[in-house]
Amino acid sequence: MNVTIVDYNSGNISSVINSFKEVAKKKVKIEVTSDLNKIKSSDKVVLPGQGSFKSCVEALKKINGLTETLNEFATTYKKPLLGICVGLQMFADIGYEETETKGLGWISGKVSKIDNKNGRFKLPHIGWNQINIVKESKIFQNIENNSHMYFVHSYEFVPNDKNVISATTDYSSNIVCSVEKENIFGTQFHPEKSDKIGLTLIQNFLNLK
Amino acid sequence: MLKNRIIPCLDVKNGRVVKGINFVDLKDAGDPVEQAKIYSDGGADEICFLDITASNENRDIIYDVVKKTSKKCFVPLTVGGGIRSVEDINKLLNCGADKVSINTAAVENSKVVIDSSKKFGSQCIVVAIDAKKNGDKWEVFTHGGRNNSRINALKYAQEMEEKGAGELLVTSMDRDGTQAGYDIELMSKISSEVNIPVIASGGVGNLDHLVDGIKLGKASAVLAASIFHYGKHSVKEAKDYLDSKGIPVRI
Repeated sequence: MNVTIVDYNSGNISSVINSFKEVAKKKVKIEVTSDLNKIKSSDKVVLPGQGSFKSCVEALKKINGLTETLNEFATTYKKPLLGICVGLQMFADIGYEETETKGLGWISGKVSKIDNKNGRFKLPHIGWNQINIVKESKIFQNIENNSHMYFVHSYEFVPNDKNVISATTDYSSNIVCSVEKENIFGTQFHPEKSDKIGLTLIQNFLNLK
Repeated sequence: MLKNRIIPCLDVKNGRVVKGINFVDLKDAGDPVEQAKIYSDGGADEICFLDITASNENRDIIYDVVKKTSKKCFVPLTVGGGIRSVEDINKLLNCGADKVSINTAAVENSKVVIDSSKKFGSQCIVVAIDAKKNGDKWEVFTHGGRNNSRINALKYAQEMEEKGAGELLVTSMDRDGTQAGYDIELMSKISSEVNIPVIASGGVGNLDHLVDGIKLGKASAVLAASIFHYGKHSVKEAKDYLDSKGIPVRI
């Protein structure tokens, strides 16, 4: 099996690479590339993302044909794709970080700033928080409800269709922290930094048929 | 609920772990990669490396240490010490650091904070503030505590938030290495002034100090070195203790 981590200059992805390689061992080939043909021929894709919504969307667009290739991968061929952090946020139609920016539109909804309730909640939301699993998801196999995951973000994905939500976390309100829509998976938290439980999630993604 | 974090800090010099008392008198205590792995297996919420290598020719050793650590530890790794430029940050992140902590460079040239937070995102930019009390205010020190910039630490904290810092690592120079506890007044003042998380550092001698840092100092995270380092307490013990005091921790 070939899994591609999309390298589109979206900031620091070395931890994502390290964690996937740790889990994959020699059984799964992990490619780190933005090469369109390699993405097309891979079985699964990981879409990381750090920095702002706007900067990530712009970085995607800078690579000719990448957005189209990912679109095809996720929505035409419906092969498994995992978005992490801003990688997940970009599934939305629109994001409001820095300026209004169009997202990939795979899961209808918007990305807006977390309500800090007049400074009562510090932003970014940094650290370990528990996830409340609201829907059975293949990527949560062997992961208990209320497990801790590592978060770093100030913006949240608000999907229109609540049925796509697979987990939420409690910070100021119930923040969507995991989504699943057919073959498209996304986590707001960082499985690659969430210790053994995070690695289990990565394993689950790699195990997907 | 978001948990308060416990962050063991390892001072690294020429690729080896040391911990200073008031920034001098270094003792050798092992291999940073192995130490970090012990901490992450023991439940550390993050690991922090502070590179105190003085000579330029040994500077690159830290990159190798970070590379090796990030292949073994799957919790966030923060690296500080000697970071001068956006390029230095880029190199550390590429080696597998998740965050960098910037001290002297942020004071001398705050453009580093602006540029790096734009380029890599605020989430990986920690501004480290070494503060020392002078009368009724605190002043920011640079160069590992050797130079007094005379800048007011509270104002500086706010300025760094505006310029793009994602977190502040606040060390009391008066308390560092004394094991007398955090400077609670300093921590709570800065924490109240800013809307970003504050990591308290400097002076932890027992587990109650960690409790105070969070409860009284209003810190989101507590950093400590020697109490973990010489086997006085394990991270697990610290977490159990905080939990018993009603502080939310990841267990």
